[in-house]
Amino acid sequence: MAVDASTQQSGAEPSDVHARQIAGLDALELADRRKSGLASRIWSGLWPVVSALVLVLLIWQGVVLAGWWPEYVFAGPVTTLGELAGRLGEAEFYQAVGVTMRRAVVGFALAIAVGLVVGALVSRIRPLRRAVGSLITGLQTMPSIAWFPLAILLFGLTESAITFVVILGAAPSIANGLIAGVDYTPPILLRAGHMLGLRRLSLYRHVILPASLPSFLAGLKQGWAFAWRSLMAGELLVIIANQPSLGEQLHYARELADSPGLLATMIVILVIGIGVDLLFGAADNALRRRWGLHQVTN
Amino acid sequence: MTTPLTTPQAGPASGPGREHGPAVRLEGVSKVYGQGKDGLLALDEVSLTVAPGEFVCLLGASGCGKSTLLSLVAGLDAPTAGRIEVETGRVAMMFQEPALFPWLTVSANVEMALRAKRDRGVKGTGGAEGAGTRSRAERRALAGEFLDIVHLGGFGGKRPHELSGGMRQRVALARALAQDADVLLMDEPFGALDAMTRDLLHDELERIWRERNLSVLFVTHNVREAVRLGDRVVLLSSRPGRVVESFPVELERPRRTDSAEVARQAAEITDRLREEVLRHGR
Repeated sequence: MAVDASTQQSGAEPSDVHARQIAGLDALELADRRKSGLASRIWSGLWPVVSALVLVLLIWQGVVLAGWWPEYVFAGPVTTLGELAGRLGEAEFYQAVGVTMRRAVVGFALAIAVGLVVGALVSRIRPLRRAVGSLITGLQTMPSIAWFPLAILLFGLTESAITFVVILGAAPSIANGLIAGVDYTPPILLRAGHMLGLRRLSLYRHVILPASLPSFLAGLKQGWAFAWRSLMAGELLVIIANQPSLGEQLHYARELADSPGLLATMIVILVIGIGVDLLFGAADNALRRRWGLHQVTN
Repeated sequence: MTTPLTTPQAGPASGPGREHGPAVRLEGVSKVYGQGKDGLLALDEVSLTVAPGEFVCLLGASGCGKSTLLSLVAGLDAPTAGRIEVETGRVAMMFQEPALFPWLTVSANVEMALRAKRDRGVKGTGGAEGAGTRSRAERRALAGEFLDIVHLGGFGGKRPHELSGGMRQRVALARALAQDADVLLMDEPFGALDAMTRDLLHDELERIWRERNLSVLFVTHNVREAVRLGDRVVLLSSRPGRVVESFPVELERPRRTDSAEVARQAAEITDRLREEVLRHGR
């Protein structure tokens, strides 16, 4: 091969030539990996959302124009968005959002704590897995609103009742995410960790837990969706005096037949739910990109 | 040992007071998977030694228990019968996949070998390294040195997925070296690589093996690769795995996979391998 000839001609050390060959091969294999710019990434993510939004508004307006319901029962987008814009200028609105978000954050944080402890125990202890593994999945299918009668009996019409149901709604998903992550830790990584001398707790800490992170994150995302639903159900049922909340606004908007107010509140609930979901989605994407779990296909 | 030049294992390079027994010794090792009549005999009374500094290639068709054998030596699995001794107990292993941790940088992957060694308590290095407690900065610097050995010094900050397959496998080699093992077990480590990369990595592995005076047990199903690398090629039969024959390879190093001598000896071993496979054809 030509390699030998060039070695002899240049009189270089064979090991030096070898190192250069390797460097050349590395450079060839690493070439041609470019990232697309930030602006184009944002745009490619944004335009489908914007077009979908426009489509929804058009359909909405179409239904209103069709005249199946009178305008005071089913308000049009213009009236509703006007109402929403008006509310954005009121302190009461932010108070309500604040109360709801505080409940969501507290409930979700507790759900994470419970989910982590349960998930860690169940994934570690085999008999426990057999005993409660399918129970956790079963809990996920239980509609959270079905918990409220019991929660109200136990805690009365208090915030604890709401928090209780939010935890029950979200914790199973979070625990399941962790359990699945531990289960699907690639065996080759376990073997590699074992060869590196990692055992038991250190294996858990350095290999199993990090390896289960993507699945755990997916569990968090799903848990959030359940938590948000449970919270809205709870705020509709458990109305506490002097604690304005989004669910309460929904309730009174229906009582007062305030269609634009009702729709405006629904939009706020939807936007917050989607916004937090997007945050989890972004975290998931960032993780996958860091780990090389997906190829960016543009 | 057949290396004609300055035989590296002749001097007490690996520290004073070291005995000159085999680096790895297997005596009548059997492995049965499952139990009773349904049990599958994967390895049947395999006896094998690897001398200090020797490069032994294990060769066989599918189902010969090559990988099982490595797992046993590595301590990832226990033999059903027989004895396995690794003289110093310091064994590192490379798999067919790089098996790097994707959540760590390349450097941190290598550092993990240094940290893990501290976790289990360094033994046998004689306190020269301060009871094995290294600071983060020391570990990082040391990892950089190991990456330099495999010509990846500038890539410590990258993530494994940003590297090519051959580069990842070299990181895995660096990580194995960082364990300060003197026995290196390799389970078809270059099987998934293209021929050009594999050739370069053969040269690379040969250099590191000699420089660091390693004892290597290298599993492959590629006869030429075995002849290219090994001081000795041990042929295993299939189902159950037994040692059929041991071929010393006395070709001068460095060898080339595409040289006539390697091809000739590979053909000889391939013939013997085919005879073995024929027995299963009925």
